[in-house]
Amino acid sequence: MLEIKNLHATVDGKEILKGIDLTIGSGEVHAIMGPNGSGKSTLSYVLAGREGYEVTEGSVTYNGMDLLTLEPEERAAEGVFLAFQYPVEIPGVANTTFLKYALNAMRKRRGEPELDALQFLKLIREKTKALNMSDDMLKRAVNVGFSGGEKKRNETLQMAVLQPRFAILDETDSGLDIDALRIVADGVNALRGADRSMLVITHYQRLLEYIVPDRVHVLAHGRIQRSGGKELALELEEKGYREFGVDEAA
Amino acid sequence: MSTPTPIRGATPQTALPYTEQFERLKAGLPGSGLDWVDALREGGASAFAVNGFPTVKNEAWRYTNLRPLEKVVFEPAEPRSDAPGFDVLPTVRAAGTSATRLVFVDGRFRHDLSSAAGLPNGVEVAGLADRLAGDPDWIAGRLGRLVDVDANPLAALNTAFLGDGAVLRIGRGVEVAEPIELVYVTLGREDRATVFHPRTLIVAEPMSRAVVVEHHVGYGSGVTLANHVVEVDVAEGATLHHYKVQRESGTAFHLSHGAVRIGKDACYDSFILTVGARLSRNEVRAELAGTGGTCRLNGAYMVRGQQHVDTSTFIDHAQPHCGSREVYKGAIDDSARAVFQGKILVRRGAQKTDGHQLNRALLLSDTAEIDSKPELEIYADDVKCSHGATAGELADEQLFYLRARGIPKDEARGLLIGAFLAEAIEEIPEDTVRENFQALVAGWLAAR
Repeated sequence: MLEIKNLHATVDGKEILKGIDLTIGSGEVHAIMGPNGSGKSTLSYVLAGREGYEVTEGSVTYNGMDLLTLEPEERAAEGVFLAFQYPVEIPGVANTTFLKYALNAMRKRRGEPELDALQFLKLIREKTKALNMSDDMLKRAVNVGFSGGEKKRNETLQMAVLQPRFAILDETDSGLDIDALRIVADGVNALRGADRSMLVITHYQRLLEYIVPDRVHVLAHGRIQRSGGKELALELEEKGYREFGVDEAA
Repeated sequence: MSTPTPIRGATPQTALPYTEQFERLKAGLPGSGLDWVDALREGGASAFAVNGFPTVKNEAWRYTNLRPLEKVVFEPAEPRSDAPGFDVLPTVRAAGTSATRLVFVDGRFRHDLSSAAGLPNGVEVAGLADRLAGDPDWIAGRLGRLVDVDANPLAALNTAFLGDGAVLRIGRGVEVAEPIELVYVTLGREDRATVFHPRTLIVAEPMSRAVVVEHHVGYGSGVTLANHVVEVDVAEGATLHHYKVQRESGTAFHLSHGAVRIGKDACYDSFILTVGARLSRNEVRAELAGTGGTCRLNGAYMVRGQQHVDTSTFIDHAQPHCGSREVYKGAIDDSARAVFQGKILVRRGAQKTDGHQLNRALLLSDTAEIDSKPELEIYADDVKCSHGATAGELADEQLFYLRARGIPKDEARGLLIGAFLAEAIEEIPEDTVRENFQALVAGWLAAR
């Protein structure tokens, strides 16, 4: 599904990623854990194609394609989805309008027929119900006035509607209380499947109790320092990141 | 030098063709021979002869240079019976509904294209030339009353040539539910530059209520100058919703001077949407002349290419307990340029004034430009006044968020620009007009 080889990336001329190697198979959920400033968010932005994140070396192959040559919207159409750590507020654009634009733009690009208003409404109703979201949240402008938990639920809703093949969850647990975390995790888990892979980026082990990964990688100083099974997350919870030259309590 | 300098000698060079036109044409203008009409015109003509076109040395015109207009001699538009170039006249109504719509082609009222169906008793709508010819008495004391020709050279020029336009009278206590539409069509001529000077007079008598929508559309590639003056008197307790959309062609100059008087407990609610013309200026001077009045001057503009759009407003809080609100938003692309000058004056004694002004511009290219000059002048001590002016670009993180959800870059930009302008459009309380203007914005975005 995804193969990252010797990936180097700079932001504002400063090298943040210093040679990342990572392979994620179909249907696998991988977690990347790491301290603040280790390059976790940079990796997610590079994969989603944000401007200003310059790849200086290495490659990312996604389903046989050179992912790095695609525009962000092309990556999205190919099934790449980034759940933002800080979902962006867009005043003046209603949440439903946004979702409809997104879904139809992607269907169009894939050569699928666009959904009409009725079909779309039916789909949205079904998905919002599962995430315990109110109709009001759909009518409001995208993320404007949403609480931290509502924003993350909104990201999960988008994921449920857009049905990506490869989802990156960037610090999805930040700012969530335990109830909200459970709702979001349930939403994510419902999307797990044989043809869908995920990369869960987190600082803490807590999220991984709810979204149990197949593999855990430790990212520090712009490199994967260690990889292992889900038990690695527990070890990090205990020992922190000191072993990787980072003096910070996990 | 013993001979006194003749007055004509003081006339700026660029004004001469127009003073000559005036001398040549004045005897044939509608209502000529009526003393008050002749006096009004002579007053306008001599004021223009003294001042000529305003230059950038004039503070009110600092950011709008009329040199491109001065380089051309505009001939007065001639009457025409054709209306080529358009099949469907603009309207905010649903198709098939009865309409009160006055249509003007190159400044002249056209009976054949107009209709006045379904108006309640107490409402009069007419072409100004007809009114001057048939029933001039009622307008005698009203026309020209709110316009200071000495301070406004283009209003002076309009006054010199005033002859046709619209006269609307909403009688005391009458409420007109359906919008009254004024359609100003500019056709122009291919072989020469033409000018016309429409005059619109709207009087909302006490306790009346009406919605007036002005459409300004243009066809063809002739160079044209539409030099409008609009006088609006909103009397005690009356409410006037006054909306305008200007989408003339890219060779058009569109200048408009609005003079508004708002009486006691009266409400003037306006919106100007500008899309068209090579150079346009909407100047509005509104006086809150009675206690408890409300003035709303809102608008939006979308310009591209080499377009120039100027919004200059002056709100005069002359009496206490009045409110004014002004929300302007604009999208400026390519090398287009926008000017916003908004002045609020709160006179001594105008206590409890509540004035709010906001103007925000979105610069869509590196060569787009906005000159913004908000101005508060306050002589009362118990007032609430605020103003804000911003100019910025589309936010990168918003654009990325939309693209990361599969929305192509251009579509994402359109969505964000539309959302930005929507905040202003939403100030329009009339559903039909708001929806129509929203559709025009969407059309502009789709054509980007």
